[in-house]
Amino acid sequence: MDYREIITYCHANNITLGQYALQSEVKRGDSTAEKIKTRFAEMLDVMKQSTSSAANKPLISVSKISGGNAYKYHQYQQNGDSLLGELAANAVTKALSTAETNAAMGKIVACPTAGSSGIVPAAILACGEYFNLKQDQLIDALMAASLIGKLIAESATISGAEGGCQAETGAAAAMAAAAVCQLRAGSPEVCFYAAAIAIKNSLGLVCDPVGGYVEIPCVKRNAAGVTNALIAADMALAGIISYIPFDETVTAMSNIGKMLPSALKETSGGGLAATKTAAALSGKIFN
Amino acid sequence: MESLSLFDITGPIMIGPSSSHTAGAVRLGKIAANLVGGTIKEAKIHLHGSFAATYRGHGTDKALLAGILGFNPSDEQIKDSPAIAQKRGLHYSIITADLGDVHPNSVKFDITLTNGQHHSVTGSSLGGGRIIITSIDDMEMNFTGDKPIIIAHYHDTPGIIATISTLLYEREINIGNMQVRRCREDQTAYLYMETDSLCDQLLEQQISSINGMYYARIINPFDHD
Repeated sequence: MDYREIITYCHANNITLGQYALQSEVKRGDSTAEKIKTRFAEMLDVMKQSTSSAANKPLISVSKISGGNAYKYHQYQQNGDSLLGELAANAVTKALSTAETNAAMGKIVACPTAGSSGIVPAAILACGEYFNLKQDQLIDALMAASLIGKLIAESATISGAEGGCQAETGAAAAMAAAAVCQLRAGSPEVCFYAAAIAIKNSLGLVCDPVGGYVEIPCVKRNAAGVTNALIAADMALAGIISYIPFDETVTAMSNIGKMLPSALKETSGGGLAATKTAAALSGKIFN
Repeated sequence: MESLSLFDITGPIMIGPSSSHTAGAVRLGKIAANLVGGTIKEAKIHLHGSFAATYRGHGTDKALLAGILGFNPSDEQIKDSPAIAQKRGLHYSIITADLGDVHPNSVKFDITLTNGQHHSVTGSSLGGGRIIITSIDDMEMNFTGDKPIIIAHYHDTPGIIATISTLLYEREINIGNMQVRRCREDQTAYLYMETDSLCDQLLEQQISSINGMYYARIINPFDHD
């Protein structure tokens, strides 16, 4: 469905994007509204765990080439040293924590993928804590995020192997940006502006994991993704519009993904994966 | 344009780091164990392509083993599967291999049961946790784990498929896909069937007790575990 029709429908029925997402999921006929919300609540619980587990004690990845950074950043943030405000710094901690939990074979929710799983939970839960929001609002925001991801996946891709990192952390940032706007009572239109801005800020990002592992640079790109989402949401909430509409930013992302050489799409054939240090680190994993 | 579910975007709940190399690997191991049935004494796990190249950092070996031990993709014990296997007396080995012209994320399990039976199961992880089993023993199949399946090995006599169909008809279970492979030398046949709705354990017993049946197994999708 054209996203403009979704905006019109939401306005006409005075509902949020999250409520629209729920209605459309019910219409698929696989489940009831109650059951769908319960599944989202379960996923939100796992997200609460993953956003704090690596922040409270250092967690090292299975390959042993990365880890401990969520803890380090959390300490720094708690000392009041962060350049960012409380909300954004907390979101960075949370994004790093989930991404490191993922790399350490901990439990996460793919959102939209495992490699980009830190962004949406960090944005939603950091806002939830800062503004003291209710569980229902967080679930509604998570459904709004899922709707944005669904629209991207339906007309482009959310796979790094197909579209590069822009398709994973870029899509996640767009999802998170729309979710945050909804949490701040932004209209569906504002949510889509935020998603469009977040995508524009991620275009061209390549997927170049060192040694093929979802660690370097994936963990830090989750932190970058959530700050991108917050900036995009903040601009949209301030009344800044995206000159390029949401659906066209998705098309641009899709086209860029197709133009990217395969060396930059999860094959570890180029980018950071092809650096001297990457070769040395990859050697370490096998010894 | 394909219409996706919200749960295709958010979810599954899984153990990281990779939906294809970890979550999909758990599912492959679990389905393989379900397909062979019985208690497993030894599993030789042959890894192909990207599975062979990157299994250590993705924990693919631990994930496959955890699946064989019966864990789900969201179980936090996955990373401890080697120790759990040892405790349970399950021997395993990881072997990198060339399985030929197959998907890059492929695995072949050579399984020995405590009763001495040998089985082999081959499958691939397609991304996002989706998997496909391409063969069990010599029988080719196309099993994704999304639909319930019935597999049966029996003495090739007329009426067996009709009997199974009748049992399904009585339950109003629709057959979505069916393959039969016959072996003329020993007059046996393998049947592989996908159904549209869940099958009960009583059905497995009833199919198993059909005259001429060597074994029959029903495997329902994990989501219904």
